[in-house]
Amino acid sequence: MPTAFKAIQICEDVYWVGAIDWTLRDFHGYSTSRGSTYNAFLIMADKVTLIDTVKAPFKHEMMSRIASVIDPSKIDYIVSHHTEMDHSGSLPEVVDEVKPEKLFASRAGAVAMKQHFHRDLEPVAVADGEDIALGQMKLTFFDTKMLHWPESIVSYLHERKVLFSQDIFGLHLASSERFDDELPEDILYFEAAKYYANIVMPYSPLVKKLLKKVEGLGVEFDMIAPDHGPIWRTNPTRIIKWYHKWAEMKPENKAVIIYDTMWKSCRKMAASIADGLAQEGVSAKVLEIGSTNRSEVATELLECGAIIVGSPTINNNIFPSVADVLTYAKGLKPRNLVGAVFATYGWSGEAVNHLEAVLEEMKVEKVAESVNIQYVPDDAALEKCRELGLCVARSLKEKLQVE
Amino acid sequence: MKKYICNLCGYVYDPEEGDPDNGIEPGTSFEDLPDDWVCPLCGVGKEEFTPA
Repeated sequence: MPTAFKAIQICEDVYWVGAIDWTLRDFHGYSTSRGSTYNAFLIMADKVTLIDTVKAPFKHEMMSRIASVIDPSKIDYIVSHHTEMDHSGSLPEVVDEVKPEKLFASRAGAVAMKQHFHRDLEPVAVADGEDIALGQMKLTFFDTKMLHWPESIVSYLHERKVLFSQDIFGLHLASSERFDDELPEDILYFEAAKYYANIVMPYSPLVKKLLKKVEGLGVEFDMIAPDHGPIWRTNPTRIIKWYHKWAEMKPENKAVIIYDTMWKSCRKMAASIADGLAQEGVSAKVLEIGSTNRSEVATELLECGAIIVGSPTINNNIFPSVADVLTYAKGLKPRNLVGAVFATYGWSGEAVNHLEAVLEEMKVEKVAESVNIQYVPDDAALEKCRELGLCVARSLKEKLQVE
Repeated sequence: MKKYICNLCGYVYDPEEGDPDNGIEPGTSFEDLPDDWVCPLCGVGKEEFTPA
């Protein structure tokens, strides 16, 4: 059994045996500019337990890390918290190799496994609040439906006060460091916010419910070990505080301008709008879609108070790149936003109406008259754009005062 | 009888099918679901549903 890769002990009896994906840059459309990790954990209890597995191409790395601690065939239990293939892709092969006594998943997880692998791995279904004894230690499961898949569960190792939280509290960051206290806080905050915005945001009401439930249980955490990124060891409640904040989706003093451009008319208009916002003391983030990945747009939408969208009219419609980003943004269900629309056209001006309709679907409160300009904006047109910025800024500030 | 959709996860409650896994007989209208019934997919309450 190869042992070129080594396990890293995270606390007494518990090892990180995951894989580091240094080169990952695109996670189904989410730009992972810092790579990622697929975390798996080995609990050296009487019943040797493997918590989650890794993406299929990284099976060798995980097995090697396990073998640096124990012969993998000695694993008694495998727990699958989440069936998404970055955590289960290697599961069928690992089960074949290890032949565990039991494989645990939620009831929905057992169904999802069949739908992924088209064979019966014979998982044992666990319910919310159910304990399993690992001999001298105890693991309790908690249901986390739709955080972020229907079958998602987490588990808590009582004796070591470790929460294995699957994708919740995770972030995409490839690093040699395994712990939060070994990494700069600004990078952790940014990547955790990006992860929340792109993966968790639509389920914010469920995050609030979960956090309330956890507080009610009065459970103490020495560590929170998610399936991506570092383990939260020093003050593990830091990430819980961030989740509290993000789940509230309270408006902030920032406006995000999202647009694309054909002949730089929308670019000029966006710059004028940003100037108007700044004049009223609202921070503007100008995102031209041609140079901004949709997942970066999502990150900016998490902590803002206004969204202003712009598009040229092309063949009686909005620009396809704008439709792409807005379709994605709508699905993420950002809330409590005010907004406005700007557009350009040559001979017919449909984009403006399409954009207004999208904002309405997104439940954004439209607070300024739309600006729709033929061909190229002159000074008067740019002045209208500045006024749009001023108008959105004033509405946002009023809203922030009321809150 | 009207179908209702979960605002959060998109699950559709179809009264013709009911929710037999959770003891709701086929033919039960959304209005007749017990107050403590929750979305079988994501667990939110009836108040998070809107007519489909």
